[in-house]
Amino acid sequence: MTNNNEMGEMRSPGDASHDLHATYTPVFTGARKAELDELLTRYPTKMAALLPALWIVQHERGWVPAEGMAEVAAILELTPAYVKGVVSFYTMYHQHPVATHFIQVCTTSPCNVCGAEDVVNALLKQTGCEELGVTSPDGKYAVIEVECLGACGFNTPLMVNEQFIESVTVESVPALLASLG
Amino acid sequence: MGFPHTPHERESLVLSKHFGEQEAIGLDGWRKRGGYVALEKALRMEPAEIVQIVKDSGLRGRGGAGFPTGLKWSFMKPGDGKQHYLACNADESEPGTFKDREIMRWTPHALVEGCAIGAYAIGATVAYVYIRGEYTEAMEKMNAACKEAYAAGILGTNAMGTGKTVHVYVHKGAGAYICGEETAMMNSLEGRRGNPRIKPPFPAVSGLFGMPTTINNVETLAAVPHILNNGADWYKTFGRADNPKSTGTKLFSVCGNIAKPGNYEVALGFPFKDFLYDLCGGPLPGRQFKAIIPGGISVPIQTREEAENSPMDYEGFVANGTMLGSGGVIIIDDAQNLVKQIARAARFFAHESCAQCTQCREGTAWTTKILERIVAGDGTHEDLDTLLEIADNMTGKTICVLSDSCATPVVSGIQKFRPDFEALIKRKKVHMVPAQVA
Ligand SMILES: Cc1cc2nc3c(=O)[nH]c(=O)nc-3n(C[C@H](O)[C@H](O)[C@H](O)COP(=O)(O)O)c2cc1C
Ligand code: SF4
Ligand code: FES
Repeated sequence: MTNNNEMGEMRSPGDASHDLHATYTPVFTGARKAELDELLTRYPTKMAALLPALWIVQHERGWVPAEGMAEVAAILELTPAYVKGVVSFYTMYHQHPVATHFIQVCTTSPCNVCGAEDVVNALLKQTGCEELGVTSPDGKYAVIEVECLGACGFNTPLMVNEQFIESVTVESVPALLASLG
Repeated sequence: MGFPHTPHERESLVLSKHFGEQEAIGLDGWRKRGGYVALEKALRMEPAEIVQIVKDSGLRGRGGAGFPTGLKWSFMKPGDGKQHYLACNADESEPGTFKDREIMRWTPHALVEGCAIGAYAIGATVAYVYIRGEYTEAMEKMNAACKEAYAAGILGTNAMGTGKTVHVYVHKGAGAYICGEETAMMNSLEGRRGNPRIKPPFPAVSGLFGMPTTINNVETLAAVPHILNNGADWYKTFGRADNPKSTGTKLFSVCGNIAKPGNYEVALGFPFKDFLYDLCGGPLPGRQFKAIIPGGISVPIQTREEAENSPMDYEGFVANGTMLGSGGVIIIDDAQNLVKQIARAARFFAHESCAQCTQCREGTAWTTKILERIVAGDGTHEDLDTLLEIADNMTGKTICVLSDSCATPVVSGIQKFRPDFEALIKRKKVHMVPAQVA
């Protein structure tokens, strides 16, 4: 999987860590620091670079640990508590390490009438997760329901980490999981 | 179901003309298709002239409220010595709506050009495009388009060699429907929680970073280059002859239980019945349309009969009891449990409420709870009255209209499909009657 960095270039993911207790090394050095510096030129306040900065942390670490919030807070001259308040507002920032393949399936009404719940059930079964929001025993998968992904005509859309996948059906679930590895 | 489809002969392709053409995504391909001619022209005009042309065209906001775009732009006072901002709303999260995504995926330069013209017209040197975090592909295409436009001298401090400054920056959201509400979006752009702000002050007075700001939807801005290239009169040729208030073409996203979902571009005023049956292929085999929501999940539900009478424009939908909204057409057929879907819609709003206002925070939660109870077979007849009472409390009393939006499908659902609710409630009652009495 690849991510876009905040300036739009493709790059492969950093050493995304899934270990809650891994020692934290600062994100904003070298290229990531330069990326943030460029972003700061776009806004009249440092605070405005908060969402992009948090995205950079998440791309590098796989989630946004408290130390990452503190690092961002120091650079943008905010308090860690303020940053945490913002992080907790947005559903896409992970405050915990997540499974290798974090699967988010839209089940809002337009997808729901087209069978999204069946896709969720197939995923829960075939990943071994069994329950929504529970990581599979092998640590590889977690499945959650999300609200409209803005692709309602392509039933069923879902996201695996930052990868958008359209038109998933019960029948195509095995192939999808196989492609994730 | 894939996209883009082969266009139907009755579509009016303006914004979607190049959807599906790989070459149109890049700058060279876009220039071959007439790209940036309008911007070059615009940068040599007075901003007020551009505002006048957009006013004359009758273009109205495609984000949901349908506010006249030229009028909105005219609230921005050039020469007031302040930094002005344009914010392009690409948060597209209204269930049923997926048109802005296609504009950005297939014709990102159309949006860059629209943003640049819009910014110049309102006296802004900076436009931010706020794209929802989930739209990774759209974001990639938009970032690449901006980069190309900077490299070609289209954007920057000497835009197209005119000495004018125009910046367009992409800003990535992080998952929150409410950030599509314009004042929440401004807060989010500033690095805050996405809570809507109390109005007034309106954005044109004090918006992003406290400065005069205009917020426009992706589709609105993407239409602007076409209007400058072809003129206001040309734009007005799209529409019903007897309704000058709705002009131009509109992208309708179609989803749910229908043969051919996708994005369709038609002239405003197009007959909804023809749209549903001819363009979108009608219902799935062996089924019938039951309920139709024409403008994203926030607008009132129509019955099939109401929908079949509606011309597809702002006034036409209002006359038939609903609204054009974002143009996200959701079809629910007779094989569905409609009440379950209304409950699911309520859950959407409960999930997305920013929780600042009591009526919204509590109302969305209670509405969901009661509806889910009814769906589970534990409803009572009083529940319907309670739902309507809660809905009344949720309408017109909050900082933004998310609260009203949650009430809308509930109220219109009960009004138009009461027997569906009652059947679920009755089923339970029968079940509880002791055997010897029954
Ligand atoms: C809860 C809520 C969500 C909204 N979501 C969007 C959205 O995703 N995209 C959008 O363009 N407008 C959305 N709007 C409307 C915007 O507030 C605003 O009216 C619009 O972006 C203005 O642009 P326009 O005049 O070009 O339509 C939303 C409004 C509300 C109340
Ligand atoms: S109405 Fe709801 S979403 Fe809007 S500001 Fe109030 S609590 Fe937030
Ligand atoms: S409702 Fe599922 S993507 Fe919109």
